Amino acid sequence: MPLIELTATQLLAQLGAGAITSVEITEAFLERIERCDGSIKAFLRVDRQAALGRAAAIDQKRKAGKPMGRLGGLPVAVKDLLATQGEPTTCASRILENFRPPYDATIVARLKAADAVLVGKTNMDEFAMGGSNETSAFQLTRNPWDLERVPGGSSGGAAACVAASMSPLAVGSDTGGSIRCPAALCGVTGMKPTYGRVSRYGLVAFASSLDQIGPISRTAEDAALLLEVLAGYDPADSTSIDLPVPDYTRSIRQPLANLRVGIVREHFGEGLDPEVETAVREAVDVYKSLGATVEELSMPHSKYAVAAYYIIAPCEASSNLARYDGVHYGYRADETQLAAELEAERRKLEKSGDTAALNDLDNPSIRMYRRTRAQGFGAEVKRRIMLGTYALSAGYYEAYYKKALKVRRLIRQDFDRAFEQVDLIIGPVTPTPAYEIGEKTDDPLSMYLLDLYTVSTNLTGIGGISIPCGFNSEGLPIGLQLQAPPFEEERLLRGAHMFQQATDWHTHRPGID
Amino acid sequence: MAISREEVEKVALLGRLLLSDDELDTMTRQMDQILGYMDLLAEVDTEQVEPMAHALDVTNVFRDDRVLPSLSRQQALANAPHPDDECYLVPAVLGEV
Repeated sequence: MPLIELTATQLLAQLGAGAITSVEITEAFLERIERCDGSIKAFLRVDRQAALGRAAAIDQKRKAGKPMGRLGGLPVAVKDLLATQGEPTTCASRILENFRPPYDATIVARLKAADAVLVGKTNMDEFAMGGSNETSAFQLTRNPWDLERVPGGSSGGAAACVAASMSPLAVGSDTGGSIRCPAALCGVTGMKPTYGRVSRYGLVAFASSLDQIGPISRTAEDAALLLEVLAGYDPADSTSIDLPVPDYTRSIRQPLANLRVGIVREHFGEGLDPEVETAVREAVDVYKSLGATVEELSMPHSKYAVAAYYIIAPCEASSNLARYDGVHYGYRADETQLAAELEAERRKLEKSGDTAALNDLDNPSIRMYRRTRAQGFGAEVKRRIMLGTYALSAGYYEAYYKKALKVRRLIRQDFDRAFEQVDLIIGPVTPTPAYEIGEKTDDPLSMYLLDLYTVSTNLTGIGGISIPCGFNSEGLPIGLQLQAPPFEEERLLRGAHMFQQATDWHTHRPGID
Repeated sequence: MAISREEVEKVALLGRLLLSDDELDTMTRQMDQILGYMDLLAEVDTEQVEPMAHALDVTNVFRDDRVLPSLSRQQALANAPHPDDECYLVPAVLGEV
């Protein structure tokens, strides 16, 4: 079997047995990237020399009998909003096009300490804002299953690269579904851990109470391996939770006995593609055949989740993105014409006698900020900054932001109540499989509505995982979502692994060559 | 109308964005549509509900006030668009340009 078709777990076993070297593995994946990424464009940057250098050093370390890191010699791709010291970290935005962070994100440091071979940075929706990967300022990533379709977003590059066997492992981020959605659309496994499980230090912030970093892989077993390295308390992240990290790769082998599975009545309403519904219901039957009991639940506030999310996330984003002002780093608009331009405007307003506008005229600093941000940010980012700024502004704060936070609590209460009855909530990840590139870009609201099954996980802070559960009649992947109470990553992984032992959807690969 | 063009212009200033006339038109239309959808939340009775800003109970984290290693000046200026040897340079904020 070609190296690139082995799982991370299998590759690790071969490395440990001395059957292959990290250089051989890295070369195989780099060669795959060279052959496929011209058409898929999952990577913004691949550092071939550095990757091979690192692989060689890790092989030497292993040869010298030194203790190896948990990922000893395995290639890992990293979404381009995670800080990699001295290397470009762009968030797929022009405003950070040449930005090189002076430090590594905590998870990047952990990957390096675990002897991973970082192969490159993956493409994404700009500042993680999007569900299709189409808002990247630099390039379009295509779905490896159908190059005319979106890979999902915002970790679309990371999911596509694993789906196309360009890396066995990838790290993404998820604020409203940005790991789980592309995992579902690309037919791979992707997990959003509980909020606070993985350090956000060095993750460029989009929405600070919603963002989480997580693993993308072929199998739940591989996700467990990567999560062991990513997870853990970090004093540099004040929202990082101080809980020990379980042995995910060991506990995953134990199936969940006496499993109570819940399906949510409100998830199976209008808008759900019938083939997705069929695949999800058949997946529920698989759990039944494995001894689980299934209960139908009601979560009456699920219909408000998208509205609550699309107020809260843009509000937090408007605050987080205020730092991009062209002063300390990133793009700055051309200043040379600033003074002349403002002078011309001043004279025009003096002539027309518009004293109100004259008083409101930007000073040079403000004009610099406004033009920098206008030129540096794409349309979706601007839209969300505008929505968030509006919803936080005086006179609207109560009606929008505060109201959304109250609804957030009610959504959380629905979940708490559900988890009194069941151990896992199972359902669809997205209402449809991958759609065509450009199909939804003119209608932002229709795009936002596709997040209806994933945003609640972030709003409530609980953990969720997406695993492949079938294909539609056009051969497009369909994902199944499992959700569990906070800090029950073991339960999610065991539940996912059980399913992957009983089915083979996760072993299917797109026929690209 | 959930939002007017005038309000959109004011929000653009608050958000430190400069929108062209076309962009203002599009933004007004799109924000109006999206904010209209948000009216859905008015259905929910939240009279007795506390807002939830954080999914998990977090308390503020403090550390001892000790000076620890940080970025050097050189590192801090490395990505600056317009630095001199010591500082970031910006267009005038106050007074004559």
